[in-house]
Amino acid sequence: MTSTTPAPPFDPRVLKAPHPVPGAPNNWRRFLSFNTDAKVIGLQYMITALFFLLVGGLLSMIMRGELITPAADLVDPTVYNGLYTMHGTVMLFLFLFPILNGFNNLLIPPMIGAPDMAFPRLNAAAFWMVPVFGVILMASFLVPGGPSGAGWWAYPPQSIQNPLGHFINGQFLWILAVALSGISSIMGAVNFITTIIRMRAPGMGWFRMPIFCWTAVAAQAIQLIGLPVLTAGAVLLLFDLSFGTSFYLPEGGGDPMLYQHFFWFYSHPAVYVMVLPVFGIFSELFPVYARKPLFGYHVVAIASFAITFLSLIVWVHHMFYSGTPQWMRNLFMVTTMLIAVPTGIKVFAWIGTLWGGKLRLTTAMLFSLGGVFNFIFAGITGIMLATVPVDIHVGNTYFVVGHFHTVIFSTITYGVFAGIYHWFPKFTGRMLYEGLGKLHFVLTFIGSQLTFLPMHAAGLMGMPRRVASYDPEFAFANVLASLGAFLLGVATIPFLLNLVSSWVRGEKAPPNPWNAIGLEWLLPSPPPAENFEDDVPTVISGPYGYGLGRPLVEDEERYVAKAASAATGA
Amino acid sequence: MTTTTPTPADLPAQPAAHGHGHGHADHTLTGFVIFLLSESVIFLALFAGYAIYKTSSPLWLPPGVEGLEVSEPLRFTVVLVSSSGVIYLAERALHRGRLWQFRAWWLLTMAMGTIFLVGQGLEWAALPFGLSDGVYGASFYLLTGFHGLHVLTGVLLMGLMLARSFRPGNYDAGSVGVTAVSLFWHFVDVIWVVLFVLIYVWQR
Repeated sequence: MTSTTPAPPFDPRVLKAPHPVPGAPNNWRRFLSFNTDAKVIGLQYMITALFFLLVGGLLSMIMRGELITPAADLVDPTVYNGLYTMHGTVMLFLFLFPILNGFNNLLIPPMIGAPDMAFPRLNAAAFWMVPVFGVILMASFLVPGGPSGAGWWAYPPQSIQNPLGHFINGQFLWILAVALSGISSIMGAVNFITTIIRMRAPGMGWFRMPIFCWTAVAAQAIQLIGLPVLTAGAVLLLFDLSFGTSFYLPEGGGDPMLYQHFFWFYSHPAVYVMVLPVFGIFSELFPVYARKPLFGYHVVAIASFAITFLSLIVWVHHMFYSGTPQWMRNLFMVTTMLIAVPTGIKVFAWIGTLWGGKLRLTTAMLFSLGGVFNFIFAGITGIMLATVPVDIHVGNTYFVVGHFHTVIFSTITYGVFAGIYHWFPKFTGRMLYEGLGKLHFVLTFIGSQLTFLPMHAAGLMGMPRRVASYDPEFAFANVLASLGAFLLGVATIPFLLNLVSSWVRGEKAPPNPWNAIGLEWLLPSPPPAENFEDDVPTVISGPYGYGLGRPLVEDEERYVAKAASAATGA
Repeated sequence: MTTTTPTPADLPAQPAAHGHGHGHADHTLTGFVIFLLSESVIFLALFAGYAIYKTSSPLWLPPGVEGLEVSEPLRFTVVLVSSSGVIYLAERALHRGRLWQFRAWWLLTMAMGTIFLVGQGLEWAALPFGLSDGVYGASFYLLTGFHGLHVLTGVLLMGLMLARSFRPGNYDAGSVGVTAVSLFWHFVDVIWVVLFVLIYVWQR
C-alpha cells in the first residue's frame, strides 16, 4: 500500500499457519484447543457434528416412538412440538452445516495446494462458536416452558408467543443460537472463498480445480447472500418477541408474511448450501471408483453456479398456500422447475461417468450410488411439489416430510458418509474396515427407504405433518416409518464402532489407497501440518485424468515417492 | 490466473510479518470486501422490508404523528457524507508518508462520525413516538439504530487504527487495516444516503 511497485504474484508458500500452536499438544488434546490448523479444525467440526447427529437422531427416535401408535401416548403434544423443532434445528445447524464445513476445512487447502486457510484464526473462531451455540440451543430444554415449539421455520405469530413471560425462553435461545450459527457460517464463507480465490497452487486455473472446490464456492456464495436476509428476519423476530415491536403483528400494522419471505429467502437456498458440496463429493468419487474422467467437467462446474443463481429466486414455493397471489405462484413454479435443469445435468454427468466404467464397489462408492439413486427419486417428488396444484394439495403433509428427508438424509447424509469413507484414510492415516462399512450401508439403505417411502404415501392420503396423534387409517405407514427409523438408529452402531476402532488401531493407510488423482493424494496420510509446505507442486493438467496417462503435476513421481517415504519413515 | 513458480531465493524477500498466521495483506482486503458485500445484503433486506411496509401497511404513521422533520437530519447527513472525503484525504496523506497529517484527517473523520451520532441521539430524544408505536416506530428505530451501530463501530475501529499508528514500525508491512476501515466508512456512508432517501425524503 505504501509503495508504488505492483505487488508480487501470490506465492502460497509465504503463508504459514502457526502449527503446532505454541503450547498445543500434538495428540488428541489438540482437538480441545484453539488450534488454527485447518486439518485440526476440520476434524473438530466433524466430531462435533457427529455428536449432534446422535442428539438429533435420538430426538427423531423419540418422535417415531410417539408416532408408532395413533394416540399421543408416549410424550405430551407440547413436548412433541419441542422435539420436532429441536430435531430440525439440530440436524441442520449443528450436524449438516458443521460437518460440511469440516469437509471444506479438510479438503479445500490440500486440493488446491494451499498450506492452510486464508485466515486461520478466523477459522478457529468460527468453529468454536459451534459448541457455544450448541450449548445455548440445548439449554432451551432447561428453561421454563421448554424449547421452542414453533418448528425450525419459527413462523410468527406462534414464535412470538411468550405465555410464561420470561425474558429468556426457548424461542429467545433458539433465535440467539441461529444468529450465532449465521455469524459463524459467514465467517467460514469469507474464509473459504478467499482461500479458493487467492491461494491456488501454481498452474491451477479455475478450470483445473476439483469440482468439490467449485461447489464449495457456489455453496458459500449462497451463505453470503442468503444468511444476512435470515439474520434481518430473525432480528425483527427477536424484537417482536422480546422488545414489544410489531413487525409481524397485524394489529400494529405489521405483516407475518414478511417473515416467511425473509426466512425462505435463505432457508430454501440453504438446502443447496448442503447439497452442492455433496454434489462435489459425488463428482470426486465417481471418477475414482469408475476409473474414468468426470463426464462434462466444464458443464458440471458451471452448473453449480446456475444452481446458486436459481436457488435465490425460488423461495416463494414454500408459501404457495400462505395467501400468495396467483402471478407470484406461477412465476415461482417456473423458476423452481428450472432448477431441475442444472441438477439434471449433474445427474447425467455422473451417469455418463459411470457408463462403461470399471466400477469398484467400496463403501464410499455404495453410499454415492445410493445417494444419487435417492436423489433422483427426491428430484421427481420435488418437481411434483413445485407444481402449484399438487403443492396446495399435499403442502404441510407427510409427503413434504418424506420429500425433504429423502433429500437431506438419503442424499446429503449419504454423500457425507461417502465422503467420510473416502477421505478418512487421508486425514487420520488409518484405513476403515470395509466389512463394517458395508454393513453400515446396507442397514442405512434399508432403514432410510423403510422410513421415508411410507411417509410419501401417508402424505398423499392426507396425513398432516407436525402432529403427535393421527387418524388410525395412517397407522400402517407410520409403523413402517418408525421401524425404519429405529433401524437407522441401529445402523449408526457399526458406523461409530468403525470410526473409533479404525482410528485407534486400524491398518495404516498408504498415501493413495484408492489410486485417486488429486493434489491431496500426493500428500502423506495424514498430511503434514502445512500440506506441501515449501514444495507446492505446479499443476499441469485438469483433474480426473483417469486412464488418460498424463501427470497431474510437474515432477509427479518425486511427490509420490516423497509421500511414500514419509509414510514409511513415520 | 498465472502464477510464476518462485525460486527459494525469492522467499526471504517476502515481509517477515506474513510468517505468523496473520494472513496475506491482499487476502485481508479480499476477505473484507467479501464480508462487506454480505453485510450490505442485511441492509438490502431491511430496506426491502421498509419499502413493503411503507407501501402496504394499513396502519403506517402512529396516531398524532405527522412525519419526520428533514432539515436538521439533512445537516448531519452532510457532515457524515463529507467525512468520506476527509477519510480519503487521510489515506492519501498516509500513502505519501505524512503521518501527522494522516492522524489529523483521521481524527477529523472520527469527530464527524461522532457529531452524526450525537445528532441522531438528539433527534431520537425529541421524537414523539417510540419503538413500540406500530410498525412505523419499530422500522424507524431499527433501521436508524442498526446503521448507527455501524457508525459507532466505524468510529471505534478508527480509534484503534489511530492508537496503532503510534506503534513503531506499524506500517512496515503495509497499511491494510487503514484501507479496510476506510472502505467500511465509505460503506456506512453509502448506506446512510439510501436510508436517508427512504426514511426522510420518501414521506408522502
